[in-house]
Amino acid sequence: MPVHQYIPNSVPKIKKEMLKYLSVEDVEELFVDIPEKIRLKKRLQLPHPTPELEVKRIIEALLSKNKNCNELLTFLGAGCWPHYVPTVCDEINSRSEFLTAYTGDVYTDLGRYQALFEFQSMIGDLVALDVVSFPTYDWATASGDAAHMAVRTTGRHEILIPKTISPERLSVIRAYSERIAKIKPVEYDPTTGQLSLRDLRRKISSKTAAVYMENPTYLGFIETEGKEVGKIAHDNGALFIVGVEPLSLGLLTPPGEYGADIVCGEGQPLGIHMNFGGGLLGFLASRDDERLVSAMPHRLITITSTEHKGEWGFAYTLPKRTMFVAREKATTFTGTAAVLWAITAAVYMSLLGPQGIKELAEVIMQKSHYAMKRISEIEGIKCPIFKSPHFKEFTVNVNRTGKTVRQVNRSLLKNRIQGGKDITKEFPQLGNSALYCITEMHTKEDIDRLAVALEEVVK
Amino acid sequence: MKDKDVTNYHAVRWREPIIYELERKGRRGFMVPTVEAEVKARAGDVVSSIPKKMRRKAPPELPQLSEPEVVRHFIHLSQQTFGVDSGINVGVGTCTMKYNPKINEALARSPRITELHPLQDEETVQGILEIMYKLQGWLCEISGMDKFSFQPRGGAHAVFANACIIRAYHNLNGELDDRDEIITTVVSHPCNAAAPAAAGFKIVTLYPNGETGCPDIEAVKAAVSKHTAGMMITDPYDTGIFDSNITEYIKIVHEAGGLVAIDQANANCILGRVKIGDLGADLCHFNLHKSFSTPHGSCGPGGAPIGVKEELAKFLPVPTVEFDGTKYYLDYDKTHSIGKVAEFHGVVPNVVRAYAWIMTMGAQGLKETSEVAVMNNNYLLKKLLEIRGVSLPWGKHHPFRMQDVRLSLEKQKEETGIGIDEVNRRIVDFGVQRCFTSHEPWIIPEPFTPEPSETASKQDLDRFAGIFRQISTEAYTDPETLKKAPHNCAISKVDLTPSSDPKKWAMTWRAYLKKHR
Repeated sequence: MPVHQYIPNSVPKIKKEMLKYLSVEDVEELFVDIPEKIRLKKRLQLPHPTPELEVKRIIEALLSKNKNCNELLTFLGAGCWPHYVPTVCDEINSRSEFLTAYTGDVYTDLGRYQALFEFQSMIGDLVALDVVSFPTYDWATASGDAAHMAVRTTGRHEILIPKTISPERLSVIRAYSERIAKIKPVEYDPTTGQLSLRDLRRKISSKTAAVYMENPTYLGFIETEGKEVGKIAHDNGALFIVGVEPLSLGLLTPPGEYGADIVCGEGQPLGIHMNFGGGLLGFLASRDDERLVSAMPHRLITITSTEHKGEWGFAYTLPKRTMFVAREKATTFTGTAAVLWAITAAVYMSLLGPQGIKELAEVIMQKSHYAMKRISEIEGIKCPIFKSPHFKEFTVNVNRTGKTVRQVNRSLLKNRIQGGKDITKEFPQLGNSALYCITEMHTKEDIDRLAVALEEVVK
Repeated sequence: MKDKDVTNYHAVRWREPIIYELERKGRRGFMVPTVEAEVKARAGDVVSSIPKKMRRKAPPELPQLSEPEVVRHFIHLSQQTFGVDSGINVGVGTCTMKYNPKINEALARSPRITELHPLQDEETVQGILEIMYKLQGWLCEISGMDKFSFQPRGGAHAVFANACIIRAYHNLNGELDDRDEIITTVVSHPCNAAAPAAAGFKIVTLYPNGETGCPDIEAVKAAVSKHTAGMMITDPYDTGIFDSNITEYIKIVHEAGGLVAIDQANANCILGRVKIGDLGADLCHFNLHKSFSTPHGSCGPGGAPIGVKEELAKFLPVPTVEFDGTKYYLDYDKTHSIGKVAEFHGVVPNVVRAYAWIMTMGAQGLKETSEVAVMNNNYLLKKLLEIRGVSLPWGKHHPFRMQDVRLSLEKQKEETGIGIDEVNRRIVDFGVQRCFTSHEPWIIPEPFTPEPSETASKQDLDRFAGIFRQISTEAYTDPETLKKAPHNCAISKVDLTPSSDPKKWAMTWRAYLKKHR
């Protein structure tokens, strides 16, 4: 092996010197723990060491086979959304100190702790709750964590979830709660999509640990009876969990103000690129109630003071809850999750500020409402399916065109348009339907181009 | 070795205010995109479409700052954070703090990845699917497993996914109600206990023999029964010991009807040397953010692909990445799949970084990695053992260690009252990262766990050991300096009481204002 550019001690002379110090002839002697019979005798079948220039050429050639959302007019959302990422966000998350740090304590990593505390604080402002944890993997796993919290806090083992939830998220909640809690689906109103209060009242019982509701829902509309849902949950001794998309909170009442005990959600819209789904950031918040904090599954940073006046310090709250101390009795198994994205989200929220996030939410709504109007004018298309207020996503049904969503999307793609997510299989009761997403990224021209293409396709 | 570290280091000290303290009402850091007049007109009054009870009364109380202020604030915070690029990180065992190559960063930040939506038509994402498919193949070659999934987003998440597969396997066999125990060892990362517990299993924890540092084969035999669902352990252990009885354990667990999952978070030292799949393990996972050089990102996003043997492939989370000879595609059609453990396809930019790293290293480079990582670790171990008060538990049986080593300051603590807490608060005064101690329970008193990885230089190791020696001398001659440490950091010793006091703790600024102002 020639000297390797990433390995300072791969120089033969240095190796020799170090081995001499260790009093061994051959480096293999250091591997004495590994029995001879299980040591690999053959070289791995992998590429030869490749210089940077060639690595760059090969990978760029592979990546150029993709058509990204700058090249393709895209209307996909469904848990990962195309929003504008202010340049400052990437500037900060490219800082090599943040990028390459890991788990140093507050003395070496004060900045990391403070940025996380600020992330927690700003999410707290958005959702109007006082406790926010370390980030986690994504919205789905955060909702799984919330389910665990509810079971732990109430000692009950059923979670009520409306049927409008994202099937992908539901699948994760199921994986998280199998053998811990039973999921009971709650009906929705076929006209408005709203969670059925009648069915909720019928299904809730003294076994219910929590009622989980999403706002806006996976299907894009706003649940308007949050307060009533929360009341029904609390009247039955259950917790009320709300899942949120954060930008909508520029305009929507924060769940903390309509009774939520726990809030979870997806932070990817807060300045993080989609990254083929790799840019997800789950967050979890709760009321500042000792029972809930004790059941919180993730690390929590509290602000504190130091021995010198005028300095802020930070520390972990109730560290004995976590797996690092409690092992199988822990409230979580989450370790490395998504801190770089949490820092990015903190940057994003401080850039937007109160006014910016409110205005942005309005811009998104104006554009999506314009799109709904344009699309609903097309012969044979129903848009949106539900008579309810919508935020940035909405359903588009093509039943009366005689086409499937798949056919429509194939035709759109020929025009370099990526249509909405096909939800025909996920929601068979909604017929041939797709879920479209409009954000501040879409111009009038983009939306008109979609409308014209759709009209052509379904003709 | 020099007697005194001569860098005269001092950390950047800004006394940076909390961002809310910097705000001035009315400032803003972002101008929202414009909306065309016709769009506005046709959309109408969208805010009024929200029923009053769901309309936010006042905007969220986010801080109000201009863009330059935001940039300066977060630059200050980054300057007060210590990454791999900042300096010596050889004390942080189990974390594999290796250099994160810049070319991989540049590739992963290409819009050709960042601007991809996970639900795009497969035809439009052939390049990224090809990279995922090929990396899967390379990881199979490295591990001896047959199939991988990139869905888990961190090491513990991967252990959870593997626990779900074990659960699904016994469920399909109709044995899950009887088989509800997972065996692990206390020297394995604690996620090997916590994650299967979250999946609904009971945990049986084995302790190491006082002499060997590994559980006895007899103890494993005694632990298995008709209730055994499987074994989930780390090998090599966090103590830096490779459990050479691993093949025996696998045999014992298999004979009892259980599956074996080996946590390969510590694989850096066995790359190109041991294939865990060839030893009979049924499942494993790697941490891309450890052995495969992707950045730790201040604690994620990481990336932890799980690998399984052919018989278990049908349980993998959906979708899997497949190739039909002409095109790459995502396969959602798996009847026995555990479903999903997270949304979409995992931390894909890290898949690209890991792909680039393996390509740069090649087969020889992987072997060189494990060789130098182990050589560096043993070199540092010997240097540290020459320091007064440092000892090596299980040193007789395991004088040499693998990727990291768990040492003890028990003797120093007894003789001076100075343990690892004080040393960790002092060592950062020299501009190096603190040492990882140990997860709890501390079966080794006053533990610390260095791991140099292959990218540390001999000078780094010498300097680190020199600092450690200097601190040891202080412990014996000037313990007060250690008790009051740190001295050269951004802040002084923090008050830990809010950690456990509900009246004092404040996880958000809004909570702080309510409780303390």
